[in-house]
Amino acid sequence: MSIAAPTEPSGAGQPTPVADVAGESLLRGAWRRLRRSPLAIAGAAIVLVFVVVALAAPLLAPYEPASTQWAGLVTPQSVPGPATDHLLGLDSFGSDMLTQLIYGARQSLIVGVVSTVLGLSVGATLGLAAGGFGGKVDTIVMRLVDVLLSIPSLLLAVSVAAVIGQSQLSVMIAIGVAQVPVFARLLRGSMMLQSKSDYVLAADALGIRRRRIVMGHVLPNSMGPTIVQATLALATAIIEVAALSFLGLGDGDPAVAEWGRMLVAAQERFGNDPRLAVYPGVCIAITALGFTLFGEALREALDPRQRR
Amino acid sequence: MTRPVGVRSEPLLEVEDLAVVFHGSRGDVEAVSEVSFSVRPGEHVALVGESGSGKSVTALAVMGLLPLRSTTVRGSIRYDGDELLDLDARSRRDLRGAEMAMIFQDPMTSLNPVVPIGVQIGEVLQRHKGLRKTEAREVSGDLLGRVGISDGKRRLKEYPHQLSGGMRQRVLIAIALACEPRLLIADEPTTALDVTIQAQILELLRELVSGTGTALVMITHDLGVVAGLCDEVHVMYSGRVVESAPRRSLFGEPRHPYTGGLLGSIPRLDSARGEPLTPIPGSPNDALPWTHSCAFAPRCGNRVDKCTVQTPALRGSEHVSRPGDEQALRCFNPLDTREAS
Repeated sequence: MSIAAPTEPSGAGQPTPVADVAGESLLRGAWRRLRRSPLAIAGAAIVLVFVVVALAAPLLAPYEPASTQWAGLVTPQSVPGPATDHLLGLDSFGSDMLTQLIYGARQSLIVGVVSTVLGLSVGATLGLAAGGFGGKVDTIVMRLVDVLLSIPSLLLAVSVAAVIGQSQLSVMIAIGVAQVPVFARLLRGSMMLQSKSDYVLAADALGIRRRRIVMGHVLPNSMGPTIVQATLALATAIIEVAALSFLGLGDGDPAVAEWGRMLVAAQERFGNDPRLAVYPGVCIAITALGFTLFGEALREALDPRQRR
Repeated sequence: MTRPVGVRSEPLLEVEDLAVVFHGSRGDVEAVSEVSFSVRPGEHVALVGESGSGKSVTALAVMGLLPLRSTTVRGSIRYDGDELLDLDARSRRDLRGAEMAMIFQDPMTSLNPVVPIGVQIGEVLQRHKGLRKTEAREVSGDLLGRVGISDGKRRLKEYPHQLSGGMRQRVLIAIALACEPRLLIADEPTTALDVTIQAQILELLRELVSGTGTALVMITHDLGVVAGLCDEVHVMYSGRVVESAPRRSLFGEPRHPYTGGLLGSIPRLDSARGEPLTPIPGSPNDALPWTHSCAFAPRCGNRVDKCTVQTPALRGSEHVSRPGDEQALRCFNPLDTREAS
């Protein structure tokens, strides 16, 4: 699971303050800088292609998923390679490689989004409670998060799989729970920083209620780093899905196409048919790269110190 | 300045023997001590001093905005007869914005950058006047008009970054005065602005508070601001008041050497051409300077031996050359103004 180190430290230390001196709204300025950054455009393009492929999988895929009707063509020595009716050849089970990759994208998107949403919602809620209330609530919540952080995510995945069985759901929960501490710390950190700002003091001087100050003033100014982190977390999640599958902890259903399991299956035949591993590997790498590029560009666009 | 003089109403705000102690990691620091002053309805009082003299801390103490955990506030702050230091946090929050409001120094950072200004004005009205959103909107537009922002209704949707510094300070004034507070504390309201804008903002403040009976506490290091706006001046140095006097006597005949130094360090229209300004030598020192000495002694031209061994007390008296004017002075060897002039 630590193939991609959790991306937490990149933003946790210095949450993005939002005061804009240049005279442009935060989001509009970020949008302008995003459009001008070639890396952001490359990242966005990859993400877009990935999402479209995942959503339109049944339309794009040339065959039904997990159909092993060509299993007879697969011999212990070799797997048929690219041909006109199978553009990327077959996989080791005798399914169409391209079809499997396309449906694998769908699987990655589902698991990635669900687990990130899970981690984001739980983590941000905890961070909001800690940063909003402060004091004892902050101490208790953050110690809880520390405990969570001290459990290796692989161990967590094994435990979750042991408790609720090996399934797509347990993969999502395992990856999502591993993201919780990152989001909690990040949001708390930026809220703490924003709480010290002048406009919070000014709102306090007007007798605005604490609750309103937190929800209406501190929170909207603290969300930048969390948004960035969610993008980066998607990349991490996609890699982790594959990693869990590779280790045999993923979704046990062989009928579901999944990049990580395709890698496992390719292992035995790597000497003769390296392409079996290369295709899903490249898919994982490019998708993760796309989300990471986009996330990093978003971070830079939202960072007032990078204003140009 | 046509306010009724001589009508001595009860003070709205009475600060007595105020002391503020910060509990830091390196021990306690007394930022303010022995500060007393009072403000009557309609009266304009100035707290004057350089950075670190405790004037802003005094204002924050009055507003109840000092962090509870790391500060201790002693003495007495009475508002309309009620002891504020006895009230709980909730009651004090109810007073803020409704009864007493504060304008801060930096209009660039005192507005929330991601919230339209209309919402920021409206939320005070909703909080204290119980207005509904649409009503608050209506009133907010009028308020913008009153602080000199034309087409107020339309501009409610604008974000702070779309306004200039002067405009933002106008918005902050509108927010502070939205609920017609009886006490307004302005903490260096013009320091962050261009000189031409400074004059406009001061004029606006004067317009808005005079005639309404609003008591104004102006915190500033700019004696020009004091001269144009305030009746009573308290000069602070290193956390204590060193001289209190009505504006006329303070400007005409400063008694404390520090006050004299402040006045000597600014250019005057009636001074001779090419006449050099007189700076105060040295810089303020905040390491417990009031124990067994006068904190200003190291920089003072009027220093006598007593100044470095004994702490001067604040003594009230009638002004030497202006009978009827009360003044208070913390000095062993004040300037003799009759001789000087």
